[in-house]
Amino acid sequence: MQSRSNTSDRKLHWARALLMRDIRLAIRVGGGTLIGVLFFTTVITIVPFGLGPDMKLLSVIAPGILWIGALLACLLGLDRLLQSDHDDGSLELMLMSGRPLELIILIKCLAHWLTTGLPLILATPILALFLNLDAAQLGAVLLSLLVGTPALTLIGMTGAAITVHLRRGGLLLAVLVLPLTIPILIFGVATVGAASDPLVPALTPFLALCGLSLLSLAIAPVAAAFSLRVLQH
Amino acid sequence: MDNDTEYGTRIDDQETFGLEFIMQLLAFANPTRFLKFVQVVLRPLAILAIATIAAGLYLGFVAPEDYQQGSTVRIMYIHVPAAWLSMFCYSLMAISALGTLVWKHPLADVSAKAAAPIGAAFTLIALLTGSLWGKPMWGTYWEWDARMTSVLILFIMYIGLIALWKAIEDPILAGKACAILTLVGAINLPVIKFSVEWWNSLHQPASVLRLDGPTIHPSLLTPLLISAIGFTLLFFTLHMMAMRNEILSRRIRTLRLKAAAAPITRQPATQEPTS
Amino acid sequence: MVRLNAHNLAIRRNGRDIVSSVSFQLSGGTALIITGPNGAGKSTLLRAMAGLLPFAGGTIELIRNTTDDQQADDRPLFEHCHYVGHASGVKPSLSVEENLALWHDLMDPVDWPSDTSSGMPQHNHSTMDVETVLDHIGLSHIADFPASYLSEGQTQRLSLARLLVTQRPIWLLDEPTAALDQASTKLVTDLMNTHLAKGGMILVATHIDLELSNRTALSLGAIGEPS
Repeated sequence: MQSRSNTSDRKLHWARALLMRDIRLAIRVGGGTLIGVLFFTTVITIVPFGLGPDMKLLSVIAPGILWIGALLACLLGLDRLLQSDHDDGSLELMLMSGRPLELIILIKCLAHWLTTGLPLILATPILALFLNLDAAQLGAVLLSLLVGTPALTLIGMTGAAITVHLRRGGLLLAVLVLPLTIPILIFGVATVGAASDPLVPALTPFLALCGLSLLSLAIAPVAAAFSLRVLQH
Repeated sequence: MDNDTEYGTRIDDQETFGLEFIMQLLAFANPTRFLKFVQVVLRPLAILAIATIAAGLYLGFVAPEDYQQGSTVRIMYIHVPAAWLSMFCYSLMAISALGTLVWKHPLADVSAKAAAPIGAAFTLIALLTGSLWGKPMWGTYWEWDARMTSVLILFIMYIGLIALWKAIEDPILAGKACAILTLVGAINLPVIKFSVEWWNSLHQPASVLRLDGPTIHPSLLTPLLISAIGFTLLFFTLHMMAMRNEILSRRIRTLRLKAAAAPITRQPATQEPTS
Repeated sequence: MVRLNAHNLAIRRNGRDIVSSVSFQLSGGTALIITGPNGAGKSTLLRAMAGLLPFAGGTIELIRNTTDDQQADDRPLFEHCHYVGHASGVKPSLSVEENLALWHDLMDPVDWPSDTSSGMPQHNHSTMDVETVLDHIGLSHIADFPASYLSEGQTQRLSLARLLVTQRPIWLLDEPTAALDQASTKLVTDLMNTHLAKGGMILVATHIDLELSNRTALSLGAIGEPS
């Protein structure tokens, strides 16, 4: 609340206000943060029931499982990214606000990542124990998730903007977005694999992952803002 | 200033893109003219398509067997054209998407919407024939081969687009949403293809047997080309038919909306709810 | 003198005209009362002015006599507008104050610079801070409560309070008194009159007779009939 009286950071104070508001919405009652982490934990926990408690096998597939879990958990909250703001009229007011829509989108993505992607990364070390992941691999998983999950949010935002007028668009959104996230998944998991596999150049998949994240950072806000403007009705 | 905005924003946008010549050309392609054009062209085109496919397939069957693959190589005469059309159709949809969003052409999203199921069908044919071809070659119906995997992802994207079209009631809004998704997909497809190829090379050495490698004997190539041309003609025939149906169904929809909105003449005006 | 000139506006949705050949003129300090039966396009017109729907035809422009040294404001019309529609924009899990504070911070304020040539006072109301506004609309005692505790009328007042926390000279109000009791209606009417007295404009779609000081009327015909 102090930012309002303080005029020094006047220029982007609205950005901070929007960021804080979205974070508050996510962590309060009805927000998605807790559910996202719970979902991630549950998915990882049920894997051994499906595959058997073979610690050796689990440690081999752990990076893939963690990545798929994170991907699904990210998708879970995507429809809340814009849907509730659309339903209660807030989104219209944001369109009228006179602020750059691309920046609004980016701030909403940042808030979403801070309350969805980041908690998953924080939960990963504990879940890695369940999957018998060694320390070096855990580091690689954390690094790849840190670079890759923002891209998932950004790609998801594009899909959310396209499906914002659908009343129950959640499942369709997941279907539309999942194919677009395949490259992220491939290079995310490969980053971990490269850490232990001497045959793969260690940095290649990681750099490709960084490139994909930067690419989605460049395209997604523009595409999402464009579709919000075009799809008004 | 007044003159520019007099006729609404559409004309403004068109003029700012400075594509007046193309616009004039495209102005001929309004729905009514298009329907007349279809009426004239459709039958000859359909006959030509069937004849060309028949010729291609016939030549394919009399062509010599592949010394390595035997007679199974003949699946190629359906598989390769279908795979080519799966890509061609998506490109056509991407161009149509630009037509919807940039040039706001009334036929553009009709074209995209009509193309999607046809593209999906050809993609499915490519998958099925590839799988059938894979059985004698790989010994399994499915191998996570880079090309096949990319085609599978393309198929999922087609299905997603069709689902999105079905999910939005207003055809104009649906057209715009699908256009954006198509373009996002078009940007992503090369990335996906590259990633899948890289991923595939990571997990297994590049496959020795390639379904449609560059080394094809000329005696096999000629029927393949004829077959590809035939299937492309078939695609255009189906596309025109689907576009015609879409235009007609939209007209019916508009008529119904007008009928629903028209005031009921016999009912006294006082009975209208006032809240 | 600020004027809003709308000429021959048309709005199409779903392939048919919702609004067609609507023209009006509005000068600063005046309210336009939009009336008409259901489906006449009152909400549609307001939403299109708010930039939320495209116009299919016609012109609408804001004419302001600015002196040479004042830079021409080329912002789109809707950025001069506040819009309060049927959706409240109120988040139940945020407190009353947090709800209002966001719009205070997010909406880019628009100031119409004063011009002394006309007798009419120009729109120039300094933005009130959130606490003052909450006090004004009688919600300050529950400022820290989650907005989910609010009644329908209180929610409506909270969403109308957005009009006061950021300066926007044109108010677009769609049934602003729908959920309000008599006392609240009086409060809102007073707010609107204050806004008009400061030289602002109001376009309001309403079914009840609002006691506004300076107003003109626009009656939209039913669809299917020539208007």
